[in-house]
Amino acid sequence: MAAVEVDGLTVRYGDLVAVNDASFSAAAGQITAVLGPNGAGKTSTIEVCEGYRRSAAGTVRVLGLDPTTNQREIAQRMGVMLQAGGVYPGARVADTVRHYCALYGKGADAQALVQQVGLADRARSTWRRLSGGEQQRLSLALALAAKPQVAFLDEPTSGVDVNGRDTIRGIVRALAAEGCAVILATHELDEAERLADRVVIFDQGQIIADGTLTELRRGHDEIRFRSSPALDLHALATAIGMIASQVGPDEYVIDAPPHPRLMATLASWLADHGHPLTDLRAGSQRLEDVFRRLTAAKQDPTKHDGAA
Amino acid sequence: MSRFRAQLVAELQVVRRNGEQLLLTLGIPVMLLAFFSLVEVLPTGTDDPVDFLAPGVLALAVMSTSMVSLGIGTGFERTYHVLKRLGATPLGRPRLIAAKIAAVAVVELVQFAVLIPVAYALGWSPASTNWPLAVAAVLAGTTAFAGIGLTMAGRLRGEINLAALNGLYLVLLLLGGMVIPFAKLPGAVRAVAHALPSGALADVLRETLGGNGSQPGTSWLVLGTWAVATPLVAARLFRWD
Repeated sequence: MAAVEVDGLTVRYGDLVAVNDASFSAAAGQITAVLGPNGAGKTSTIEVCEGYRRSAAGTVRVLGLDPTTNQREIAQRMGVMLQAGGVYPGARVADTVRHYCALYGKGADAQALVQQVGLADRARSTWRRLSGGEQQRLSLALALAAKPQVAFLDEPTSGVDVNGRDTIRGIVRALAAEGCAVILATHELDEAERLADRVVIFDQGQIIADGTLTELRRGHDEIRFRSSPALDLHALATAIGMIASQVGPDEYVIDAPPHPRLMATLASWLADHGHPLTDLRAGSQRLEDVFRRLTAAKQDPTKHDGAA
Repeated sequence: MSRFRAQLVAELQVVRRNGEQLLLTLGIPVMLLAFFSLVEVLPTGTDDPVDFLAPGVLALAVMSTSMVSLGIGTGFERTYHVLKRLGATPLGRPRLIAAKIAAVAVVELVQFAVLIPVAYALGWSPASTNWPLAVAAVLAGTTAFAGIGLTMAGRLRGEINLAALNGLYLVLLLLGGMVIPFAKLPGAVRAVAHALPSGALADVLRETLGGNGSQPGTSWLVLGTWAVATPLVAARLFRWD
């Protein structure tokens, strides 16, 4: 049984339909990234799962329970990390973690949690004196105080520096490895790409893709390179037998598997024509490109390729 | 540590760390009591101003803690999503509200432990005292003011709530018979003042702690009405996030 099951969920704010007939599931021991731009419906969906918000239609089950009627029971087994805030500005780090450990009553060691999220030297600092990244790490510690079976983490690495991101990623992976179902809401595609086992993409209130990264990328290999700003794309196409598209001032993409002969021909053509090769990447599309492709397909159904 | 106790400790830590709340709940009542007892500028109508002021300042202390301090604190907790985050723990609303009420009660005990000795030191000599009824009045007043504070905290943005509650505090202080006798207010204002929870609580405390109430029966009725009505309004209008 999935830890989180969302079936036909619809959320309305007056006349506005924030989530429209969304269905997905998240398994225990996996990291499920819920992606989408701001206003796509991901936070509304997560808030229904957390028991904060009621749905207009559809069913949601978290650990087999209905969040609207069993919120207290779910809360005992659920870790939550809000996108921002959630702590008294004047509260100290150590006191806050101790407070939440007591509220959950699961025997979590407050001092060890503070250490785990890398805030041991800030234990006596108040929330308002923490940097944005430190506040995120404290929020994560509060979610861990629940010793959760399911964790909803909203933008956990937003505003966090590189070292802090590594710390958070390590904790999130460990949480999943212990069997927790981690639901990660983010609009940072790179973060999802690094962490997620499964990806659910929202756009304009609807789920436009749901699958593993491999599934979403399947059949979409590419060669991406940087060179002079104004290549003769017609001549290049004649040389390599493929069409190259310019996607940035000096960035180009060829939609093709990265065959060594093709790459060698490309490199030779650039060298023969005196152009530099400042960057070259070949293989599966980045999640960002998958996302662009899928959202473009939604706006123009003729481009839809069945990836969802 | 039980969940209730953990939340109560957190509430009291917040109060302790907010210097401005300490000034509001203890500093201003003590200053008003001491200053106007020693400097006879108020038309109290009593031989010793402290006999008029002491019950009024106790009422002021109740209003400061249960309406202004609770309301401002809760309003900012909404703004900072503290209530939302607590809503995702097993604490539950009843325990959260119980912890807030207990924290208000603890602060009021501290206020009275300071204000009553100060009043006696300034010469307060009530002709008669009925402490059980005074405690009942304080409980009713606390409920009424907490209802007002939570209603405003549950509807207004943090900064607007802060300004509105401080403004209301000033109005109720001046029109509530706490430091200025009802008899000295203009006729129309006097009628309104008697209908306010601050006026009713001050009058009831003046009756139970000195036998000097101006219309204690009506004031009990007014106070009881506010104590029932405002929590109901708060329960209906309060938004947690």
